[in-house]
Amino acid sequence: MSVIYILITVSIFVAVLFLIAFIKAVRSGQYDDDYTPSVRMLFDDEIVKENPNKLIQTQTEKQKSI
Amino acid sequence: MDTENCFHCGNEIIKKDEIVFDEKKFCCNGCKTVYEIFSQNDLSCYYDFQSSPGATPQDIQGKYDFLDNEDIVNKLLEFQENATHIVSLYIPHIHCSSCIWILENLQKLQPGISTSQVNFGEKKVRVTFNPEQTTLKEIVYLLSSIGYEPYISLENFDEGKKKIDRSLIYKIGVAFFCFGNIMLLSFPEYFEVEEFWINQYRGFFRWLIFALSLPTFIYSASGYYVSAWKSMKSGLLNIDIPIALGIVVMFVRSTVDIIFDYGQGFFDSMAGLIFFMLLGKLFQQKTYDFLSFERDYKSYFPIAITKVLPNGTEESVQVYDIEKGDRLLIRNQELIPVDGILISEKASIDYSFVTGEAVLMEKKSGDKIFAGGKQMGKVIEMEVLFSVSQSYLTQLWSNDVFQKRVEQQHKTITDRISRYFTPALLALAVVSFVYWIFIDVTTAFNVFTAILIVACPCALALTAPFTLGNVLRILGNRKFYLKNALVVEQLAKVDTIVFDKTGTITTNKKTSITYEGTELKHSELKLLKNVLRGSNHPLSRRLYEFIPNQDKMETSNFEEIIGKGIFAEIDGNTIKLGSSQFLKTMTENTHKKTKVHLEINGVYKGSYVFNNQYRKGLEQLFDNLSKKYNLVVLSGDNDGERKILEKMLPSTACLVFNQKPEQKLGYIEQLQKEGKNVMMIGDGLNDAGALAQSNVGISISENVNVFSPACDGILDATQFDKIAFFMKYSKNAMKTIYMSFGLSLLYNVVGLSFAVTGELSPIVAAIIMPLSTITIVSFVTIMTNAFARSK
Repeated sequence: MSVIYILITVSIFVAVLFLIAFIKAVRSGQYDDDYTPSVRMLFDDEIVKENPNKLIQTQTEKQKSI
Repeated sequence: MDTENCFHCGNEIIKKDEIVFDEKKFCCNGCKTVYEIFSQNDLSCYYDFQSSPGATPQDIQGKYDFLDNEDIVNKLLEFQENATHIVSLYIPHIHCSSCIWILENLQKLQPGISTSQVNFGEKKVRVTFNPEQTTLKEIVYLLSSIGYEPYISLENFDEGKKKIDRSLIYKIGVAFFCFGNIMLLSFPEYFEVEEFWINQYRGFFRWLIFALSLPTFIYSASGYYVSAWKSMKSGLLNIDIPIALGIVVMFVRSTVDIIFDYGQGFFDSMAGLIFFMLLGKLFQQKTYDFLSFERDYKSYFPIAITKVLPNGTEESVQVYDIEKGDRLLIRNQELIPVDGILISEKASIDYSFVTGEAVLMEKKSGDKIFAGGKQMGKVIEMEVLFSVSQSYLTQLWSNDVFQKRVEQQHKTITDRISRYFTPALLALAVVSFVYWIFIDVTTAFNVFTAILIVACPCALALTAPFTLGNVLRILGNRKFYLKNALVVEQLAKVDTIVFDKTGTITTNKKTSITYEGTELKHSELKLLKNVLRGSNHPLSRRLYEFIPNQDKMETSNFEEIIGKGIFAEIDGNTIKLGSSQFLKTMTENTHKKTKVHLEINGVYKGSYVFNNQYRKGLEQLFDNLSKKYNLVVLSGDNDGERKILEKMLPSTACLVFNQKPEQKLGYIEQLQKEGKNVMMIGDGLNDAGALAQSNVGISISENVNVFSPACDGILDATQFDKIAFFMKYSKNAMKTIYMSFGLSLLYNVVGLSFAVTGELSPIVAAIIMPLSTITIVSFVTIMTNAFARSK
């Protein structure tokens, strides 16, 4: 038994895993809206910048509790 | 003029209404309130993503009372379980990243909402909430109070849960998986080196490739077999026949090749070909999710309406449940869903959905009012004459045109080409086969299959989808949204363009009248208004309405010279009013603007200018178009404006007045019977029939998100003067397609020359196929973009 059989089987197996992952992603609706997520991912940073006081507060509270 | 803009909505602030709050300026109380709500909830970075993103909230008191009705709410909900309800709401105002941000933070504004997710493309927000803590009605009110009023219509009520068809993406995924792996596994054999290592594992590699090609062959390409079978049954030769034939022949020959150990077969080319063609399909599938091209009256009508029961109580009922004799309450801004008789004393009704004209119609008690009108002002009461399905407006939809949505009445350009291509290809294959069979039987079979493989019109089939898909995208960027790629082909064939008048070549906004000259004293205005009262000329009527109310006076002498003006004596003053020739004091003669000149007691005062209510660039557009197209203006109005139009438009344009909606439809039908390809450009519901009947129906819209009747394309009103360019562009697109057909045929000739001589090796096929695809795709992309740039 040559090692080539194992190697190719493994490579095809990995490829099939990716195919399944892709089909699952499509099925869950990830490809239905291709614009909003690109905007959404930029939001969190802005909120943190906007309310620095609050954040500090909660952090100090945490420290106290520790 | 001080032009400060509202911090919230960006509208210009009128100085006297200005509200300053938190050092920010607002145009009205509504905008200020929204800002307050946001700042109280720490959501003011709404304004950081985009400046002035908001909309002024509208007064919606009582408008959504129907959401108390559980049946209706249940119909609207997408999902419901004890503590979780999910609803998708269409919000036309969604337009920027600020909108996404605020709508995804709804849970901070209303307890009970757990998450909300925006789909920007469809302009929808999907809200998950707990029905014990909040209700759908509260959510709708919340959205409206922050300026994001959802649009709920009868259409939402009827539509079931939509299934999204994702099969094409699955097919592409599978095809790509197979294509990639087959390519990798074929690599060792491409170079045909006789090495011990390769020879030893050849069988394993080949059968593995065979196994990998099965999913593509059976699943991914299935659409082509179905389409080819259908077209053979109906006796048409479409492009899918040679494609399906090519794929099947490739598969069978390759399988035979590996069984008898003749060679490695063409599995790599086959998988690649299927993958590329599916990509082409995907490219063509561009849709504008937020626009709807199949609208009927349902998307205009409200779900429910307030009914007054005999004992005086009010109740929300579904519009389908309205019966003859019911009494209904119609609130401000609400649409009248059925024909009926007005019971309240007075109503002003806006029929702009129906006629496209935004002029209020005054109705008195006892008058008949028709479905499709919108009540403006006070609450009115009406009695129902017909149920929804029998009302005048909805009857229009029962016309045949709307019933038969013929799948495809016309042949596409690719199909027309393939009508010659397919027989020619088969003939060539047979001839070569017969020629070779006298020399060598094995080669004969090889040649026969090689021809079918290499000529498989992959590039040919890709040309149209990529060209038209790209054109669709470019037009969409220019605010001309077409339903699908086929419309571009139709557009190029049009030879007659029919315009609706009101709302299409004129704007919906009411004409503004301005005054130029020495300022008139109050007493002079009074004289003028009283003189105008006696005249029935359309311009006089409009001017009469424009001048503020004055006391009544009697004219002592009144003379109206038709086509010239008015001469009147009133209270000892003489007034001359009319065209420049009539007054003789003026020598200028401008056709462009409609002016009424005024002279009081022999002194020239100035002129009232009727700013053109026709769209910008109309005359030039018609001049341009009239060289190549027959032009028709169809109008539902009387021919009062015939003269003005005749002056403005080229003499070849045909003007038809007094057309009812059915007559418009009939007129288009008549033109088509004469063999014309008609494009109809209209706006209101009254054009809906004509739009559906015409070869290409384009609906023009001031706000593309809101209303448009069923059509093939939606044109933003600001782009009206570019119609000539769009027409030319569609023709250029077809030219591009022909040119790239030429290119792909060239590739076929090269490939065939290999095939006919019996020298087609798998590697040649594997090179030619993607090369031709890439050439075609880049060629059409460059060409369509170049044409878009040239004016």
